[in-house]
Amino acid sequence: MLSFFTKSRIRGGVHAEGYKELTSADKIVSTFPLPKTLYIPLQQHVGKPAEPLIRVGDKVLKGQLLAYSQGLISSPVHAPSSGIILDVNDYPAPHPSALPIRMIVLETDGKDEWVKSKIVVDPFQLTPEDISLRVGAAGIVGLGGATFPTAVKLNMGRENSIDILIINGAECEPYLSCDDRLMQERADQIIDGVRLMLHGMESDRAVVAIEDNKPQAFYAMQTAARPYPLIEVIQIPTRYPMGWDRQLIRYVTGKEVPVGCRSSEIGVTIHNISTAHAVHNAIRKGYPLVSRVVTVSGGAVRRPMNVEIPLGTLISEVFKFCDVDLAQTARIIMGGPMMGDALPHTGLPTVKATSGVLALTESELKSTDVQPCIRCASCVTVCPAGLRPVDMANNIRMNQLDAAVDLGLKDCISCGCCSYICPSNIPLVQYFKYASGEVVARQQAQHKSEQTKRLMDDRNSRMERIARQQEEEERIRIAAKAERERIKAEQAAAAAEAVAQETLV
Amino acid sequence: MMVNIKPKSGAHIGAKASVSHIMWQVMLALMPATIFGLWLFGWPAINLFIITVLSAIFFEAVCIWLQGRAVKPVIMDGSAILTAWLLAMTLPPWAPWWVGVVGSALAIILGKQVYGGLGQNLFNPAMLARVALLISFPIELTTWANVSPLFFSNSPGLIESWHITFSGIDNLDAMTGATTLGYIKTEFSQNHLLSESLKDYSGLLNFIGWARGSLCETSVVLLAAGGVWLVRQGIIQWHIPASLLLTVTVLASIFHLIDDQHYVSPMLHLSSGGLILAAFFIATDYVTSPNTPTGQIVFGAGCGFLIFVIRTWGAYPEGAAFAVLLMNSATPLIDYYIRPRIYGRDRQGKPLEITKS
Repeated sequence: MLSFFTKSRIRGGVHAEGYKELTSADKIVSTFPLPKTLYIPLQQHVGKPAEPLIRVGDKVLKGQLLAYSQGLISSPVHAPSSGIILDVNDYPAPHPSALPIRMIVLETDGKDEWVKSKIVVDPFQLTPEDISLRVGAAGIVGLGGATFPTAVKLNMGRENSIDILIINGAECEPYLSCDDRLMQERADQIIDGVRLMLHGMESDRAVVAIEDNKPQAFYAMQTAARPYPLIEVIQIPTRYPMGWDRQLIRYVTGKEVPVGCRSSEIGVTIHNISTAHAVHNAIRKGYPLVSRVVTVSGGAVRRPMNVEIPLGTLISEVFKFCDVDLAQTARIIMGGPMMGDALPHTGLPTVKATSGVLALTESELKSTDVQPCIRCASCVTVCPAGLRPVDMANNIRMNQLDAAVDLGLKDCISCGCCSYICPSNIPLVQYFKYASGEVVARQQAQHKSEQTKRLMDDRNSRMERIARQQEEEERIRIAAKAERERIKAEQAAAAAEAVAQETLV
Repeated sequence: MMVNIKPKSGAHIGAKASVSHIMWQVMLALMPATIFGLWLFGWPAINLFIITVLSAIFFEAVCIWLQGRAVKPVIMDGSAILTAWLLAMTLPPWAPWWVGVVGSALAIILGKQVYGGLGQNLFNPAMLARVALLISFPIELTTWANVSPLFFSNSPGLIESWHITFSGIDNLDAMTGATTLGYIKTEFSQNHLLSESLKDYSGLLNFIGWARGSLCETSVVLLAAGGVWLVRQGIIQWHIPASLLLTVTVLASIFHLIDDQHYVSPMLHLSSGGLILAAFFIATDYVTSPNTPTGQIVFGAGCGFLIFVIRTWGAYPEGAAFAVLLMNSATPLIDYYIRPRIYGRDRQGKPLEITKS
């Protein structure tokens, strides 16, 4: 009864139909045929794109560094297989726009030959800084979808001396089960990764949180974590978006991350279980991040599965392997169906953030028949961020973007709960993404005009100053001339006087 | 390579709900009380109900046609039918045909379409129409037929019912009377005390709905059952009905305890007039009620307070329609001041203080 009165730890959210059983029962498929060509984007992470250090025609080995990270927040890119560099150029990005971005094109030689790396005997003898360095050098980013460079996060955790490391095993997006399978099959490796992360952050408590719709993953992880009292494995309620880092932080710690702060500032850091797995591979085996487990699912997929694929594999190849019926495919989605992006075609590569590729049929999609809003307030009820999507959307429709910002547009996390629940099929998230982009564009335009104005003002004042200077110089010149003339006249007068005196004499 | 030309963001899947689904669920919840009411007051009531609903569909269709939009999908969303349904439920059961037609015209045209259609109106269309009718045609709107269930001897036959609907009730005094609340009001004006005026009152009959009153708002049991079912279905939230009923009950109890000869008991309040209908079906109208739980509690309490005030001290015996309309006008204000707290911010919208232990 007491718990009834304490502050609720979960806010909003929806019970989305899972469809995880399509893929969650079978083992991760590791027989994906090596593609002939891989397209490796230089930017697969938050921050600055990596800078290529290879040339076209170079022969590279699997795991060899192709592009180094530049800047504080960036991540390197490695060769997903051995072969020859065909091209470094712009190719369509795995993004709804499919606009071209810089990619390295690798023709594989079929040998899949690893580059030689030194293996650390006991990584717990390494300094925490060294752990961060190795994680950074392995190109590991947040694999839950945020793709923030993991090394930067480890450093922040260490600098803020965090109290608790949360490992996100929620996997709340429907259809996706790659984390579920990874936890079931590689629990020991994940737990080892968690221990390495704890060491890297000099922290001594970790909580692995798994949604209660994945009991097998929970038992596997609990068993794997038993020898390590620092690591606690807990079950959390199944409710999308439980895997939103801030929702999970509030559920596990009861603390709320203030707006504009990083979670490490309140003593918490959160990493995904796939990231922990990648950390294990990087430190124990010396493998950089060159492949990942991807859920391929949806009504149009005849062989839905979790499959380990090299990064840079085109979606068309993945679909071929999984026998996707393209005639039935109404929408291709990268990521989960709640937050994922719809892709225009299949000629786009998979990247570090690709947790799933879905081919959904028309009947699985939300209807696009938009009805008038009846103010049912479902969107207000389900919003985990405490926003009022209905009012924000109304303001955006009337082009009152400032009012939408006042209502909290910038606090929207695009989780999609509002769009999911809306009985009128209003694409609310689409509104918010449009408005956010437009607000940034307007701010840039305003900034530009302000800069132009400042430059104009500077020029005007400079010209004025020059004119004033010239005037001053002119005045001085005139004064000097007058002075000279006066002296001259005086001298002349004096001379005349002298002459007069002489004549007098 | 398959080309998908409509790039779209987030929530590619969705809950299987639609506007029409919600409307039909509400109608389903109204069904028991409606069938009971139609049976209780016989053929003239059935005529009025059908006329009201059909004319609402007609007026909605005309408005949509004038706007140059496709008529069928708008009619099929069920909102006009529901509005007329709710309006008919609150009309006197044997009211003449034109009351239904004028009521529907007021509700659909003035109450909804002039604001811009579904979702845009400030006031509940059904209540707006009901109040406009009550003020314009006070006689017709306060002529309450006696209970005369179908298949009972005092129930008018089909032919007689057409006569009642299209040219009025002949034998007015024999077939009509006052509602409980109206009767009490009249008795008070003649300085009779409650114990005297409520001699013949049966709480149980009122509770079942065996009493004079509006077409389908007499049965507390059936309306409440439908309302609770709607809450359980998740179509409406509990906040408005609970706070509305609680407010009326608390206020009525306090005054009844102070003076039980001048203030009716909370049970009588709950079991008469349109209170239950208003609490579950009228005040909970999405369009015209606040959209936060706290706002809904304030809204419901406001409705309850006004209903009690109007019933107790106002000129009209029943105040549900007025109360709902008055609170409708306060909805934008409530929504402006009562906002949910945004994650990571305090109630004023400032970022939270860092609380690192």
